[in-house]
Formats: sequence, C-alpha cells, structure tokens
Amino acid sequence: MYTAQPLRQDVVTPDLGKIGKPGPSLAAEVREQSGTDFYRCYQCRSCGNGCPFVQAMDYTPNQVLRLVQFGMRQEVLTCKTIWVCVGCHTCSSQCPMSIDIAAVMDTLRLMAVEEGVAIGKPNIIDFHEEVLRSLEKYGRAHKLGIMLGYKRQTGRWLKDLDVGLKMLAKRKLDLIPSRVRDVKEITELFQCYWRETA
Amino acid sequence: MSDLRLQDFSYFPGCSLATTAGESNRSMMQAARILGLNLIELQDWNCCGSSSAQTMCKNLSLAMAARNLSLAPPGRPLVAMCPRCLHYLRSTQKCLKSDPETREALEEKWGRPIYTDLEIIHFMEVLSRYGLDRLKANARRSLKGLRYVPYYGCTLFRPPRLAKERYFQGEMENILGALGAQAVPDALSYRCCGSFLSATDPEIVTPLVQEIIGSAAAAKADCLVTACAMCQLNLEMRNTSRAKIPIFHFSEILALALGAEDYEEWFVRHLVDPRLVIRKLAQAA
Ligand code: SF4
Ligand code: SF4
Repeated sequence: MYTAQPLRQDVVTPDLGKIGKPGPSLAAEVREQSGTDFYRCYQCRSCGNGCPFVQAMDYTPNQVLRLVQFGMRQEVLTCKTIWVCVGCHTCSSQCPMSIDIAAVMDTLRLMAVEEGVAIGKPNIIDFHEEVLRSLEKYGRAHKLGIMLGYKRQTGRWLKDLDVGLKMLAKRKLDLIPSRVRDVKEITELFQCYWRETA
Repeated sequence: MSDLRLQDFSYFPGCSLATTAGESNRSMMQAARILGLNLIELQDWNCCGSSSAQTMCKNLSLAMAARNLSLAPPGRPLVAMCPRCLHYLRSTQKCLKSDPETREALEEKWGRPIYTDLEIIHFMEVLSRYGLDRLKANARRSLKGLRYVPYYGCTLFRPPRLAKERYFQGEMENILGALGAQAVPDALSYRCCGSFLSATDPEIVTPLVQEIIGSAAAAKADCLVTACAMCQLNLEMRNTSRAKIPIFHFSEILALALGAEDYEEWFVRHLVDPRLVIRKLAQAA
C-alpha cells in the first residue's frame, strides 16, 4: 500500500505586508471567471497534501487560494505553482468543500498570459507555445516537431536525447506530420491568440 | 442492439492515438471490427485543443474542440478513446449549449451546424452498451491469470465541471474482468502520470512514475493497463526503476483477448517488452 507523504514544510510564507489594497477584488474576479466559489476554503490543506506535484511548486494549492483571497495579484500571477499544475483534478476531487481548485488554476494561468506578467516557469509556457505552433500549422500535434522546437528553445536537447531516440526507434514519433486538410479553418482560429498576445 | 444502425459511431482518434500511440489505435480498430462495431473516423478532425490551447487562450481552445463537433453528423454517438479529448469535447459541448450566440457565430463561420445534443462517449461505454456477455462470447483468448493494475490516471472521471456526466470508474474492471483478467486493487490507479511535465520537467515526473510502477510491483501485478495513450507513454518513458513492468493501453489487451492476430507487430513498439506477460498467458491457457 502507498502511504501519503507529509505536506512539504519548506514552502515560502507569503509576505503579508503586501496584502492588496481594497478595490476591485482579485478574488471576485477569479471567482467570476473560474465559476468556482473558493471563499468556502477553510485551509484544510487536503489539496496541498494530495497534489502529486506539490514538491515542484513554490506555493501549495491552498496557499494559492489564500493569495487570491488576500488580493496578492503579483505574487499569485507570477508564481510557479500555476504553471506546474497539470490540471489533474486530484485536488478538486478531494476537496471537502467541493472547490474546483484546478479551475482556479486554469483561470490564473489565463490571467497571467493576458496580463503579460513575468511567467513563473517559463519553460512550461515555451512548451505550450511550441504545441500551439504545431497546431496552427497542421491542425494536429506533430510530436517530433514539438520536441525539436521545444528542446532547441530551452537548450535541453541532450537531457532527453536518450528517450527521444528510443521513441524514434520505436516509431513513436512520426517524421511526417499528420495534418488537417482544411488547414485554413484552423489558422483562422489562431488570430484571437497570436495577434493579441504576441 | 439488434438494430444494425446502432453499431455506427463517429470516432475521434485525437493526436496521440493517431501518432505516438498508433498501436492503441490499431488495436482498438481491430477490436471494434471483431465485435462488428463500425467506428467511422471523423472527417478532417483536428486536435481537441489539449491543455496547451486551454492554457493560452480560452476562445482558441473552445473553437478547436467546437470545429470537431461541427464535423460530427447527427444520429450517431461520437466516440473518443483519449480521456483528455473526451473531456475537452464534452466541456465544449456543454459551453456551446449554454451559449447559443457563440455557437451560431461558429456555425456561420464554418457553414456547418453543431449538434449540441450529440452524445459524446468513451469507447468503454460503447463496450458496456454492447453487453459484457456478448463481449465474453466473442473472446478468443482468455485473460485468466493476468494480474493487472487498472490505471485510470486523472481525467477519465474527475473534473467536477462534468460531475453530472457519466463516470467510467470501474468500467475497465468490468470489461477486462468479463474477459478473465484479475484487477489488482491496491496500487496507485488514479495518480496522475505527469501529463506535459513529462516533456518539460522530467525530473519532476520520474520519481512519481517510479512510485506508480513501484506500487504495481509491490502488488505483484503483471502489467498496468491504462485508459489513456499519453499515460501509457509517460509511464513507460519515465520509468527508470529496475522494476520494468509493461504498460498496455486498454485497447491492446482488449484486442488480444478478442483474438487479434497481429499483436506481435504492435507489441514491438513498446518501450518495455511485453512479451513475457504474453508468454505467461499462453502457458496458462
Ligand atoms: S481542500 Fe478545499 S477546503 Fe481544503 S484547503 Fe484545499 S481548497 Fe481549501
Ligand atoms: S489539478 Fe493542479 S493543483 Fe490540483 S492536484 Fe492536479 S496538479 Fe495539483
């Protein structure tokens, strides 16, 4: 049987001196956009304890909710946690108050992109952009192209060469992308994205 | 399901099954053919949007999934095998249902109607409708003696947004159980495989994959069976521990049980050689 690891102890304590000024509240904005009422959170930390990736985060998921409640916009939008989160919904399914924490994370990521803040985990946004480049071009994900583009960008080719070669040898990476015939229909859809944020 | 037309389904392969997980796709098509289910690939489908579009732009991810919905003819359910694709297609359908304005704008853009009442189901649901008794009657190889960990990963039953929709938890055990295999319950069946972190930050994912595989080894399982092709790949690719347990996609085991002959061809694409497990099955038979 697997025994749960204790919640990590070494996370950053938010600087409460930076609590947001009264005004249009960040919390209300996030609640509206995510459709999730996280005001009910009583900091039981189930979400933090259950998140498989908490070790790689700077704030635990429950702390992220707290930052939002405190209106600490800068801290929360530039943190690593929202990018490390893969949206696995482990937290959401374990929350005793049925708060969809993953939906809050989705919203915070979108807000970070829209507001153009410094990204807490740039290699992850690089990856998503690489995937989108492939989607814009072919309408489908061309994994080899994504891997090549992504590794080039972050200079981490060698790190993963072994796995990449194994995948090539097993023909798990197609050399030629599979593509949508009516690719114009796809590229049109990207106007909302590249043109506004790029 | 005596009505023949009931056996027709629109099928959305998605990027993983169309490429990296070609073996899963192939085995699923085989299984379907053996059972007389007609999976009709969605004409000119595109990526469901995936977590990347979802992350970067709401409109984009909605539109990408919606385009697929606009390609699906009415009157037959749309089937997906990838849990993530299923999730995005369903959430988008739900969105468009409650937002007719956006739906109409997209319909006009593409000149095609979007049927928001279209049923969108997982392949396992197709099988459970087909009937487990009938499935059993079609089996050519018994899976008796195969101890497997049903690995659902995260997406197949979790998102609260879709909480009122059908769940698939336990479905794999029902289906593979009917075919003789024995589910091993005490392993990490729902622990996330790491998703895109497997590509961006392998050092985060590797120890977690180790734990998943370790839990399967401790439970003395012969293999893990995943519901998702990306999970399958991540678990194989990021396992650096000595325990090398083969990871199968659900459709491979299904096709095997239904008597698919060409399994050797797709098995060699695995990063962990699964032939030992198959030999064990052959000996038990
Ligand atoms: S599990 Fe729910 S209630 Fe508990 S800390 Fe997390 S969000 Fe708050
Ligand atoms: S959805 Fe995000 S925060 Fe929640 S458990 Fe998964 S990775 Fe952690």
